Amino acid sequence: MATRQSDSRFFSSPTRGGNSPDHQFSRGLVPIAFGAAALLLLAGAMAFFYAPIDADQGMRQKIFYLHVPLAIVVLGGFVASGIMAIQYLRTRDRAWDLRSYVAIHLSLILGVAVLLTGAIWAKTSWGVYWEWKEPTLVSFLIVFLLYAVYQPMRFAIEDPDRQAQSAAVYAIVCGAFVPLNFMAVRMATSLVHPRVLSATGENMPGEMRLTFYTALIGFALLWVALWKFELTAKSLKMRLGKLRAQVVS
Amino acid sequence: MTGRKPPGVFAAAATILRKDLRLELRTLETLTATLIFTTSTFVVFHFALSRDQLDGDLAAGVFWVTILFASALTINRLLANERSQGGYEALLLSPIDRNALLVAKVGFLFLALTVLEIFAFAAYTLLLLGPGLSTEMLALIPVCLLANLGLATIGTIVSALATDSNARELLVPLMTLPLFTPLLIAAAEATTPLLAIEPNVVDLGQWLGMMALYDAVFVLLASAIFEYIVED
Repeated sequence: MATRQSDSRFFSSPTRGGNSPDHQFSRGLVPIAFGAAALLLLAGAMAFFYAPIDADQGMRQKIFYLHVPLAIVVLGGFVASGIMAIQYLRTRDRAWDLRSYVAIHLSLILGVAVLLTGAIWAKTSWGVYWEWKEPTLVSFLIVFLLYAVYQPMRFAIEDPDRQAQSAAVYAIVCGAFVPLNFMAVRMATSLVHPRVLSATGENMPGEMRLTFYTALIGFALLWVALWKFELTAKSLKMRLGKLRAQVVS
Repeated sequence: MTGRKPPGVFAAAATILRKDLRLELRTLETLTATLIFTTSTFVVFHFALSRDQLDGDLAAGVFWVTILFASALTINRLLANERSQGGYEALLLSPIDRNALLVAKVGFLFLALTVLEIFAFAAYTLLLLGPGLSTEMLALIPVCLLANLGLATIGTIVSALATDSNARELLVPLMTLPLFTPLLIAAAEATTPLLAIEPNVVDLGQWLGMMALYDAVFVLLASAIFEYIVED
């Protein structure tokens, strides 16, 4: 009961625009989901059968095709949620608030996977689960902790309009914080430790790079598919709640 | 009342800031509370690290972590007076730019932190700091000022965000600590050589630049979005 109550806050005022919001959210969901599945299968096959075995790290390096694209997609999702929040403040259309909320929610969940795969990779290549001298890992943790506060902050506000407004402002502040934080952490550590992840740069062999980009696009599509799915599910649930309330009254 | 123009942003901000400073000078509520807090924290650090004297990176880290926690304390209270006495609604009803409140509160927090740091550093040199006072430590002034501007700007945004929620005291440290981390990195790195046994002022430039950039981004961001937080 409690969750339904909090969900219904997004559309407690009538939405603008004529067509029903759930229809607008679900547009293109099926092809995007199939595209994501196909590309991720392809990327998995490429990682094991096409991309060369890393001379330095061997098989351990294969987790790179999972960890790095996922991390990039998660960070992109965080920054995108900030842009959606700007859209909400400009248009006052609750659909943008919902988009921003679901984007953060989804990126946070996938962020756990990034931290776990990062820890596994760190353990296999450096022998420790956590490496403070690796700036990308540390920055990611700080960003993750910041966005983890989004949800408790949001639902600690009773009034639905204020809730949407404060959540949007927080999402924008965090979105601006992400690049600055990466810069600061990198400045503090770059002189101490060799850049292990510089393999993502220009000196990566062509087969590796192609596999990496396939995985990156695959994960980006997966993110969009999950995002659209959650948006559709949430807005349908809200509409159901509203209809139920109408029937009861 | 006809024909009277409403005051500009800075004139209105100066009025609010004067009100806050007068309140603070009469009660000394913020300064005494944060000063007692910082001194207690130094004592706690003495036992936790079981060290009588600190220098270098450890000294810089302890000092800035203490200031960070003390600032979270101040941020909690920043809009509390307005909220509890109904002054908040009066401010929103008055015909002034919403950013006047932002400027006034950033100004108040900035001043409160600067005064706190002066007293806290004096207590620090007495209690924990290994190296004695030297002219190199004057370079702490720009470090503190730049850090304070960032802490004050982010603190005001967070305070305004948290003031609507029913979990204010819980949320303020949760939101501020990650947001302050880049400032903490730069401030602690810049302070480390200044508090070394043999203090030196080498390469402060990149850390001051980092803090200046961080401050500039959040000052611009705050002035663009603050009206959305305090809107009613």
